[in-house]
Amino acid sequence: MARLIPVLVLAAAWEAFARSGAVTPFMLPPLTAVLDRIWNDALFGDLAINTGLTLYRALAGFAIAAGAGIVLGFAMARSALARWFFDPIISVGFPMPKIAFLPVIMLWLGLYDVSKISIVVFDAIFPVVTATLGGIASVEKELLWSARNMGANERQLMWQIVLPAALPQILTGLQVALPISLIVAIVAEMAMGGYGLGGAMMSASRFADSRGVFAGIVEIAIVGYVLIKAMALIRRRLLAWHQETAEHS
Amino acid sequence: MQTAIKYLPLLLLALGWELTARLHLVDSSALPSLTNVGAAWVDLIRDGELIDNGAASLYRAAAGLAFAIVIGGGLGLAMARFKLLDIFINPLVELFYPLPKSALIPVTVLWLGFGNGSKILLIFLGCMIPVTIGAYNGARGSDHALVWSARSMGAGRLRMMWDVIMPSALPEILNGIRTALALAFILLVSSELIVAQKGLGYLIGYLGASGAYEGMFAVVLTVALLGFVADRAYQMLMRRVLQWRD
Repeated sequence: MARLIPVLVLAAAWEAFARSGAVTPFMLPPLTAVLDRIWNDALFGDLAINTGLTLYRALAGFAIAAGAGIVLGFAMARSALARWFFDPIISVGFPMPKIAFLPVIMLWLGLYDVSKISIVVFDAIFPVVTATLGGIASVEKELLWSARNMGANERQLMWQIVLPAALPQILTGLQVALPISLIVAIVAEMAMGGYGLGGAMMSASRFADSRGVFAGIVEIAIVGYVLIKAMALIRRRLLAWHQETAEHS
Repeated sequence: MQTAIKYLPLLLLALGWELTARLHLVDSSALPSLTNVGAAWVDLIRDGELIDNGAASLYRAAAGLAFAIVIGGGLGLAMARFKLLDIFINPLVELFYPLPKSALIPVTVLWLGFGNGSKILLIFLGCMIPVTIGAYNGARGSDHALVWSARSMGAGRLRMMWDVIMPSALPEILNGIRTALALAFILLVSSELIVAQKGLGYLIGYLGASGAYEGMFAVVLTVALLGFVADRAYQMLMRRVLQWRD
């Protein structure tokens, strides 16, 4: 409940400031007008279509990046060759502004979902790989020794010891990758146009429809917030056995 | 030798690219050969397009980042020192932290148009929060014993800030700035790709739209490399600045 207070204060301040006459309704439309716009979009079904498409692109890209990133991380931890090959690519690629490759991906894959999802994967996979590598590297040696001593084979070692022990860090990587996925999907939509929250916002901006632009901001903020909270919830469920969860509750 | 072996995979990747293009495994407009891309890069430097647009981009990034560091850092330090400010601003920081900053691109365009102003504002808004959080956490973590002894030796508020709190908060501030630096590049390129009349992102879009794919690849690689080099250079600088710590 207490966490809602700043949101309410901000909402009231927005409304008061927009109505005070200090700014034009074009620069900052009142929150009530923006909410009215969102309600209208919801009634006509635009909101559901745009949100659904953006979520689909972001989550499809996220899922592929998560799966491929974890597999690549494990491969690099297991095989010296894979590590030698991918290590410089990851360390050079991580700090690059990967969104710059968007026009290249558009050239290769066109303007449809495939290219939007691909740029999401390209951007979101890096934190997953590095977190997986870090997680595997920090698994306690004693755990591995005792498992081996008790006769675990390599496959059991991976699934029953390394994966669970590395899971907290892997999940941290996924928690970094998820908001990246959402924002890259939105930026790709802004650049390519069409349906989706980003495309809708950009066309509102081109037509100087400031209510539409601010409606987009509020919608994206809510979608982002819900995704982050959902991911934190999943983390708590998956790590119910971990001491981290016990400390929090 | 060691570094040569370490970075050999990147060379292999470049070779693979060159061979794929040379053997016409894919259409040359989809993947121009690396040597042609290099030639296009030289051309773009010669006729000044890369330099002009690069200067425009770097100016925007530097200006936005500078505002973010000064105002964001100052705000974070002040929040750590003054309770009242903390109570008011902290919830706002928490509220805006998860909002994807690129979502503000259309808003800054609405407010300030297609030019420099909208990009600088966007970069400032996006980069400010990590610096603020770094400064806030760093300043709150400063050793109480140091603060008390400085006070008992008669240090005033400003002196205390500059001589005691700033140095102890510095590592976290510098870390915040590193995040901000990466964000600045991302926000710069995204906003220039979407709406601009100048800048590297604009140049990428322009070359792509006019079918000059060698040039487009050249600028894309330049932007990616700039982001990478900026991060590495910053890390080196950070180590130098923090040398006095153990």
